[in-house]
Amino acid sequence: MSGHRPRPPALRAGLIGLVFGALAVHLAVVGVLLMVHQRWIVIDTLTLGQATLVLLATSAGAMAASRLAAQGDAFARGAVGHLTLGAIAGAACGVPIAVLTAMIVLLPLQSIFIALSPDLLDMLTVGQGPELGVPILLVGAALCGLLGAALSLAPSGLRRALIPGAVTVLVAGVFQELIQLMLQQYEGVVTDVREFFYTWDGLSLQGAVGLFVIATLLGLLFRRAQRRLVARRGPPDPKRTRMMWAGIAMLVLVLMPALAGSYIGQVLMLVGLYILMGMGLNLEVGLAGLLDLGFVAFFAVGAYTTAILTADSPHALMQLPYWGAMPVAVLMSICVGVLFGLPVLGIRGDYLAVATMGLGEIVRVLVMSDFAAPLLGGAQGVLQIPKPRIGDYVLSTPVALFYLTLVCSAVAAFVAWRLENSRLGRAWMALRDDEDVAQALGINLVRSKLLAYGLGAAFAGLAGSIFATMLTSVYPSSFQLLISINVLALIIVGGMGSLPGVVLGSIALIGLPELLREFGEYRYLFYGAALIVMMRLRPEGLWPSETRQRELHSRDETLALDAGSDPVPAQGD
Amino acid sequence: MARLNAVDVALWGMRVTVVLVVVVGTIGTLVKDRYTIAQWVDFVVFGLTIGAIYAQIALGYTMVYGVLRMINFAHGDFVMCGAFAGYFVATPLDRSGYLQDHPVLGMSAILVVAVITSTAIALLTERVAYRPFRRVTGLAPLICAIGVSFFLEQTFRGMFGSAVKSYPSPAWQRSTFDVFGFNVPRVDFLVIVLAVFFMGGLYLIVQRTRMGTAMRAVAEDGETAALMGIDVNKVVVFTFFLGGAMAGIAGVFYAFVYKQVYFFMGFTPGVKAFGAAVLGGIGNIPGAMLGGLFLGMVESIGPTLFLDGLGIPAPYQLRDLIAFTLLIMVLIFRPQGLLGEKMAKKRA
Repeated sequence: MSGHRPRPPALRAGLIGLVFGALAVHLAVVGVLLMVHQRWIVIDTLTLGQATLVLLATSAGAMAASRLAAQGDAFARGAVGHLTLGAIAGAACGVPIAVLTAMIVLLPLQSIFIALSPDLLDMLTVGQGPELGVPILLVGAALCGLLGAALSLAPSGLRRALIPGAVTVLVAGVFQELIQLMLQQYEGVVTDVREFFYTWDGLSLQGAVGLFVIATLLGLLFRRAQRRLVARRGPPDPKRTRMMWAGIAMLVLVLMPALAGSYIGQVLMLVGLYILMGMGLNLEVGLAGLLDLGFVAFFAVGAYTTAILTADSPHALMQLPYWGAMPVAVLMSICVGVLFGLPVLGIRGDYLAVATMGLGEIVRVLVMSDFAAPLLGGAQGVLQIPKPRIGDYVLSTPVALFYLTLVCSAVAAFVAWRLENSRLGRAWMALRDDEDVAQALGINLVRSKLLAYGLGAAFAGLAGSIFATMLTSVYPSSFQLLISINVLALIIVGGMGSLPGVVLGSIALIGLPELLREFGEYRYLFYGAALIVMMRLRPEGLWPSETRQRELHSRDETLALDAGSDPVPAQGD
Repeated sequence: MARLNAVDVALWGMRVTVVLVVVVGTIGTLVKDRYTIAQWVDFVVFGLTIGAIYAQIALGYTMVYGVLRMINFAHGDFVMCGAFAGYFVATPLDRSGYLQDHPVLGMSAILVVAVITSTAIALLTERVAYRPFRRVTGLAPLICAIGVSFFLEQTFRGMFGSAVKSYPSPAWQRSTFDVFGFNVPRVDFLVIVLAVFFMGGLYLIVQRTRMGTAMRAVAEDGETAALMGIDVNKVVVFTFFLGGAMAGIAGVFYAFVYKQVYFFMGFTPGVKAFGAAVLGGIGNIPGAMLGGLFLGMVESIGPTLFLDGLGIPAPYQLRDLIAFTLLIMVLIFRPQGLLGEKMAKKRA
């Protein structure tokens, strides 16, 4: 493609717009668009679905205009050209949506594509009917593109000033149920404040404007204070600022369930379980470079061991208190981890991923079968698992269990952190970077790999044990391959080999979809997209560790097959 | 080496256990003699049918591995896409009675639509998701492929719903006919014959055409092939085209055999077919065909032959267990496959 005569700028802007439009069509056909349309950001004014479309068209305009300008296109450099290209890209973004709208009207598509309902049509045509709605859609898209281009032309100070307000309104509107629930616990001034910003159903228009203004002002003040501080003491260490923010976030996380009630407690407890598992898989994938897709097996072992040792059911071997069963569950997971690692010691890379996935599936098929049913309860599972108790206090509420998970996670994080900097941790990293060299340097491959599997499994076993007592029952259907994928996705998004990355990844991938409950069914769509996008744009993750990345970045350029072509099409031509 | 011995012992223990289970189970089953010859023939026919489908899917894995050295984790989902596309043609054709009255034309229409859909999705996937990783080694391409797999599954789930849809099954498919005195279901016969036909066609394309020759050259040594003036990009696209077409056909067949479609249906046959590709020697086209048939047979006969004799209840539930065990055994003990493909040794 390189070497061809460059296409005219309008065409290139149009193509970029079309890509964004195709994205919007995908969201519509899959059903996400209508789903998010049902959630208001500002009540009776703006839904999340409309905001999504506006955002897509605006980004199309901004991206087309700034990219063409960055590539040195003379037309895009001038202000008029810049804005024109933005509008063209915005309009092009509207075209696929308009075509979709026309097709919904003309063809009986809903019999095949279940998401293309009259409601969606109503949303896309802004409730005006197709004859009026389609032109409105196209003009609106072009205006959004224009706005995007204008924003990309505006000084960066202005753009940055707008961000805090926009984000605050978005968060306050989308999570209104939760925030209101939290605020309703208190009376007096809090009630007055809540009633200023919120109506019963959501964020009111005056509340949105108020919040926007407040957040923008606070943002400006904060930036000014920061600038003054920088002038006095020199630029801050980015690492320290980041740690400070992480500390604040952790504090909020720790205190939130106690303040905000049991629903948040439950969500955060799930996040905590995934943090535990994520740290475990992180030892295997992030440090030792062993891509394990059968990780859920260890989680299952922990859960089932706890169940069999404590439950009040015919399948139970004995009725230990929870605290007696938990260490056994962890030990069992370690044993299974080592047993699991033993056969796959000699397998590397891609084959290892498939082999571990096969092992995980074997565990699941066995647990489901009638063959193991006398011991594990088959498809019915094991019921009646007691809650843990301390003295006379039963940890029965989600909030109490959250604090149990938190304590376990803290201990596990300490272990993981010490492991990372230990001799063993360094051996793992050597193994990850080059197995043959590591062996030549005297690292015992067998021992390090088995320890990676065993210790990784211990974390998952602990999580499984808590999971069993949380649900008070275990079923084989809780232990799908999808859990392995969840854990893998969260450590990749967070940053492989990075402990804060695991926390960040869990909150983003487990906590957020749990809070936006209707997202539940589309969660894996976003995970899939997140894996692709992360690998393309930021393979080191959102919060990368300092020493890693080598596993993901190419060391071996000689394997390249296509010498002539353009490796990154999006930035090419 | 002294320490490695413990591992060797464990691995040998595994081999011995598997062989023991197979031998003792087989003897037990044969001694009990609970199954008639006709039942065994049924198992074999079903094994050939499902094996032929696995073989077709395995071809996609093997060809892509040959030219790109990557596992196309999403290949199983191309199968699902084909099955779904076929479903939306087959259902109206079946309702109107056309599929019953004109089986040849009806089946062709279903297959054509399925093939177009899966090849389109395969080519799109290659262009959007895989091409940027052409020069990248390590885990990134595989993780990206896992992402593609989930993205495709969930896209189809969102478009068509998560319920299992039952595939139409016209009367002529349900009837059986007589082969050497045994009743063979028509669907099975059709699937075996057509699969062999399509795979034969693919083999000829790869062996005889210019493009096929270029493909083999790239598989052998991509860099040298590029220096010889072969357009590697074109070859990769062609490979995904062939693999996608085979996956589409296999998807329709799989759906006709199991009489259902749903968004996650591609996963299990995908993993198994990958096993079949490794079994035959990854990168080796006849190997993938043989591996698929072998896996199908083992999976179909295995539960009864090996496990029934051990007194295990409902052995059929453990069918996937046998397939996955076979997959892992191959990966551990013979990663170069039955046909001893030389490429497997080169990979680190």
